[in-house]
Amino acid sequence: MHTDIFYIQVLRAGVRCGIRLQSSSTATASATASSSSPAPPLGFSFELTDQQKEFQQLARRFAREEIIPVAPAYDKSGEYPFPIIKKAWELGLVNGHIPQEYGVLKLDTLNTAFENLICSSLFSGGMGLSSFDSCLITEELAYGCTGMQTAMEANSLGQMPVIIAGSDAQKKKYLGRLTEEPLMCAYCVTEPGAGSDVAGIKTRAVKMGDEYVVNGQKMWITNGGKANWYFLLARTNSDPKCSASKAFTGFIVDADTPGIQIGRKEMNMGQRCSDTRGITFEDVRIPKENVLIGEGSGFKIAMGAFDMTRPPVAAGATGLAQRALDEATSYALERKTFGKVIAEHQAVSFLLAEMAMKVELARMAYQRAAWEVDQGRRNTYYASIAKAFAGDIANQVASDAVQIFGGNGFNSEYPVEKLMRDAKIYQIYEGTAQIQRLIIAREHLGRAKK
Amino acid sequence: MSGRVLVGVKRVIDYAVKIRVKPDNTGVVTDGVKHSMNPFCEIAVEEAVKLKEKKLIKEVVAVSCGPQQSQETIRTALAMGADRGIHVDVSGKDYENLGPLQVSKILAALAKQEDAQLILLGKQAIDDDCNQTGQMTAALLDWPQGTFASEVSLEGDKINLVREIDGGLEHIKINTPAVITADLRLNTPRYATLPNIMKAKKKKIVTVKPADLGVDVTSRLEVLKVEEPPQRQAGRV
Repeated sequence: MHTDIFYIQVLRAGVRCGIRLQSSSTATASATASSSSPAPPLGFSFELTDQQKEFQQLARRFAREEIIPVAPAYDKSGEYPFPIIKKAWELGLVNGHIPQEYGVLKLDTLNTAFENLICSSLFSGGMGLSSFDSCLITEELAYGCTGMQTAMEANSLGQMPVIIAGSDAQKKKYLGRLTEEPLMCAYCVTEPGAGSDVAGIKTRAVKMGDEYVVNGQKMWITNGGKANWYFLLARTNSDPKCSASKAFTGFIVDADTPGIQIGRKEMNMGQRCSDTRGITFEDVRIPKENVLIGEGSGFKIAMGAFDMTRPPVAAGATGLAQRALDEATSYALERKTFGKVIAEHQAVSFLLAEMAMKVELARMAYQRAAWEVDQGRRNTYYASIAKAFAGDIANQVASDAVQIFGGNGFNSEYPVEKLMRDAKIYQIYEGTAQIQRLIIAREHLGRAKK
Repeated sequence: MSGRVLVGVKRVIDYAVKIRVKPDNTGVVTDGVKHSMNPFCEIAVEEAVKLKEKKLIKEVVAVSCGPQQSQETIRTALAMGADRGIHVDVSGKDYENLGPLQVSKILAALAKQEDAQLILLGKQAIDDDCNQTGQMTAALLDWPQGTFASEVSLEGDKINLVREIDGGLEHIKINTPAVITADLRLNTPRYATLPNIMKAKKKKIVTVKPADLGVDVTSRLEVLKVEEPPQRQAGRV
């Protein structure tokens, strides 16, 4: 059966209208649109819409049936989990942030009328999900394996500069590509000598005619070896006195551009199936059409992406913490010592109580951060709080889970040691725990001074 | 031939939940308990959607009998690929007493109303394990039935079916219109994709009452007591 590529403006417009009702909604506004939950009288609501619950259910089922069974094997081998990512892509669980205008629906059509569309479409069009909905899905996938979830999330990070700053043509080309096939992209900013200090990056881009020639070294690039294209941040103004807000430029770079050398896959402590590499740029030529906004706008774009991507990272850390809590709880109800299940010993039950406190609070934090940005507000304060808190508690909760498992927890036959190894990176990437504190303090004091 | 398939979907307590008997022994606890579509009904929906994808039938209509929440189950069927839904509103005491006889009367009435060519059901529900609705529906309509189906193929206006029976596999050929009940190995139900979940919101669910279909849902059965099976004792070696 051949597949027709069928652009359905009407469908997209229709679905988009439906989604806009949901996506910019808080649970409050959308509660009135849902069929079973009554409109809350207090305004503030923790209720999910029916559609959000269905999304969550789908992601939850996928994590339990597809991710969890294979995650330990991928962790041991470090192999890139492409089959899982492809399945998730087919279900629409990846690339949720891509606006609907930039996707292509591939369908098996009976005839061209929408009513006769047969639903086994390999749908890949952008879904324009709200940040909140994306975070719900991310938490559920991370529950399964944060290594796989990071590989998928790195796509969001790489795309975000294009989504927020790309021209229509750039979006059509580079975002459209990701919706037609399960391709990956990557966010190429960190260097061996500059991580937190983004303004200290040394990769140079020199304008020569209609091109920019790029030289430099990037490091710890997630999806580095698998990406079809990169978002690259490079310094275009060589004057050391030039301020950071004008000295850098953001580019979209095709991964097969000559001069790009992809380093070896790094063996990390955790999230081992995720592909992390160094990338060297040697006289790489980028056409000027691939500049985002214009020369000198790069820093703002690179930082702006984080407000959108920190809530999902916090959601991922929460998913890991929830998994650690669930594993520890079921073990504590089975393992017996001193004549009773260990959950009945107060030392263990207190540990579980504190783990539960942390998980619930991390969840509320990322949900607030995502909700803020969906309301159209700048969410930096909440996003940093969520990421900092979730990263810290993920480590604490995973470590406590290993503790509850005792000797078994230290062993690779049990699932919690992987969680502890996977958790550490949440205090490091997407802005270290220390950088988050800088941001929170700045935001907090900024408010106090007003 | 209308090319229309009616698929019955039942909202049941999720298979993974630990069932608890109510303290008054009148039934099991359902309040606040996770419910989902009966797994055999999922298999039936999947088969119907597959037939539509093969262009052997034209429309899949998902039907559920129960309270307001049954609409969620219909939505799941819509997200898997059904075209529209019919919610037969039965609630309160009527719902507690709803059994295969009443449901099969409802399905028979709907099949006539919708001019259905095929009725696909799960072989049984995991809450009552009755394994009766399909058979009763066929009898009421005087249609052939293919129960415990593990393979279904349409051949013109006939259906080739493989049934899983105690003695092995039985191959039969039945006329349409017919009732088929799905067994475990018929297919593996698909995940509803995210976009299909969103599309499902646009599909119509119509609500009707059993009285509208001329069906009386009073039960001829009375549940006297529900209790847990005896606790398993430790074995002795």
